[in-house]
Amino acid sequence: MPLQLPAAFQPYFWPTIFILIIILVFPLVAGYIVLLERKVMADIQVRLGPMRVGPHGLLQPIADAVKLLIKEDIIPANADKWVFWLAPVISVTAAFVSFSVIPFSDKFYITDVNIGLLFITAVSSVGILGIILGGWSSNSHYPLLGALRSAAQLVSYEVALGFALIGGLMVASTLSMQGIVKAQLDAGMWFVFYQPVACFIYVVAALAETNRAPFDMPEAESEIVAGYHTEYSGFRFSLYFLAEYSNIVVVSAIAVTLFFGGWLRPFPNVQALDFLRYTPIIAMIVLAGLSFMGAGRESRPPEKIGMAGLGIVCLMLAGLFAMPAVLTWIQGLFWFSLKVALCIYGFIWVRFTFPRYRYDQLMNIGWHWLIPLAIANVIVTGIVMVLKGS
Amino acid sequence: MPEVTTAHYIFLSTALFTIGTIGVLTRRNVVIILMSIELILNAVNINLVAFSKQLLSINGQAFAVFIIVDAAAEAAVGLGIIIALFRNKETINADEIDLMKW
Amino acid sequence: MNVLPGFFFYLLSAIILGGAILTITRRNAVHSAIWLIVTLLGVAGIYLNQHAEFLAAVQVLVYIGGIMVLFLFVIMLVNLDEAAKQRQFNHQWTIAVGCALALMAELAYFIVKGRESFRFGDTGTGTLNPDAAVIEFLKSCRDIPGLGPGGFLQPNTELIACALYRDYLLPFEIASVLLLVAIVGAVVMAKKEI
Repeated sequence: MPLQLPAAFQPYFWPTIFILIIILVFPLVAGYIVLLERKVMADIQVRLGPMRVGPHGLLQPIADAVKLLIKEDIIPANADKWVFWLAPVISVTAAFVSFSVIPFSDKFYITDVNIGLLFITAVSSVGILGIILGGWSSNSHYPLLGALRSAAQLVSYEVALGFALIGGLMVASTLSMQGIVKAQLDAGMWFVFYQPVACFIYVVAALAETNRAPFDMPEAESEIVAGYHTEYSGFRFSLYFLAEYSNIVVVSAIAVTLFFGGWLRPFPNVQALDFLRYTPIIAMIVLAGLSFMGAGRESRPPEKIGMAGLGIVCLMLAGLFAMPAVLTWIQGLFWFSLKVALCIYGFIWVRFTFPRYRYDQLMNIGWHWLIPLAIANVIVTGIVMVLKGS
Repeated sequence: MPEVTTAHYIFLSTALFTIGTIGVLTRRNVVIILMSIELILNAVNINLVAFSKQLLSINGQAFAVFIIVDAAAEAAVGLGIIIALFRNKETINADEIDLMKW
Repeated sequence: MNVLPGFFFYLLSAIILGGAILTITRRNAVHSAIWLIVTLLGVAGIYLNQHAEFLAAVQVLVYIGGIMVLFLFVIMLVNLDEAAKQRQFNHQWTIAVGCALALMAELAYFIVKGRESFRFGDTGTGTLNPDAAVIEFLKSCRDIPGLGPGGFLQPNTELIACALYRDYLLPFEIASVLLLVAIVGAVVMAKKEI
């Protein structure tokens, strides 16, 4: 404890620091997820993607943020003003509150409550309201259509999502997020191997819950312009954007925690693989090497310097991680971030590979396939657990 | 600040219950009448949870779960009725639905 | 003495009652719904204040994520632009307020009659000491090491599961049948022609 606080406030010291870190850092992370998405999309479509701002477009998110912040803020003439103002705030608040129980590592988490997973599902269901109210208050046809589509879609897929989570929870037999990770440590196996069907259903339902393609009905640009946020511009639009990307991170984090071992390294119980704890250092050195190679290939001097600077930062980070105390602290965080990043990469990959479903197909998949499959999964899991007598 | 006792919760619940009743009895809009009924159910739940804590018995909270189930069922059927009503009568004002009055 | 529970109680009470009054007085049904959501969140906070975490989560999940979304959906479906311009209160509102006041008096009478059961002003921990039978019941459910800190009902989720699936299994099944009936009823009601 670096500061001498009154005893009553001591339990709140580290959580407050973590909350500040998340609130300050996350918008930047979301910006870089957008950049990642654009780069991956460009790669899939055999293009280069953003290349202008900074080396390889690395400063593009900052330029985008500045553009959104200084844009004119338009409120439609007949909009319901205070609901129009409130809706994006609800969305972004709900998305950020979910972060409070996500176990980023065994040390870096804000709080661990006994209803953790239920809490996240509850809070993210509040986020739906932001979309619906935003669509309604714009007083315009396309947003209202988007809001109605979104309400129906999210409520439908929440059922499948809930049943998929129940499948995983039956194996974990706790709702606490840290407890779930520890249960996987005790079992010595990721729950995705116990519950592959639940994991599949969860991923599909999560795509629908976050309005991602191929389930992006509420904002299908070829049908209803931009759906619920058609009338939003500038800062309010960026709030919706932030909420959407926070939700992607949150659902990826839940998937990682419940099905892919959370902050545990692969094979946590195998002593022979202990050398894996040096992976963060190696990863940083590899990144530094790639940056230096990139610097050699750049033609313009500022970008050369930029890439070289990035490489030096990576090397410095590698040196920092080499300190044993830092390495222990960074372990869980590194593996968790890596898994979440891979999960997000999967989401992006799906988006640019599958065409959008029709609305009736969407409802069909949800009600006729996913929900019965999820219920069957819960029943089979229950029977197997009773037979095994656990 | 005095300690919060069960009595505090009961007064809160009484006030909420009364507000809900006033809403049911005075409003014309059927949707808002349904919302007032939700308020009443919540008042009951506050009471159940307060006594569950005082008597250290989980049964109060279990009953609160049943009441939430009940509220969900009631909202689904009630809103279904409202849609059917709006389709046939083009109104959702409670005092204009007087087909059975003579 | 920890003042936080008291502080939160008064804050949440103000939110709940203010939200409830705004719910029943707003002209626009969507605004009513928003204030009702505020009230429901306040009630969830009251549950948390009493260490009923599971119920708080279920309140948010079912009420706000389910029921209120349904309400908003229906409000958008039946276009209420005209309803907002019409008279909001019916003709019997004087009688209604009288009835509500009578009800309030009745409730106050019962609170006075039943004050022995909750001991207003008795702030001792004595009211939180469960009798032996209750502890025995709690321990018989699962391998619960004992009551949680402060004598609250912990672990909350496990205890509610125990009550629902063991003691109240039949009511639980009846509730599920009720939900099924409600689903069928809502579909029949909302369908244009069957």
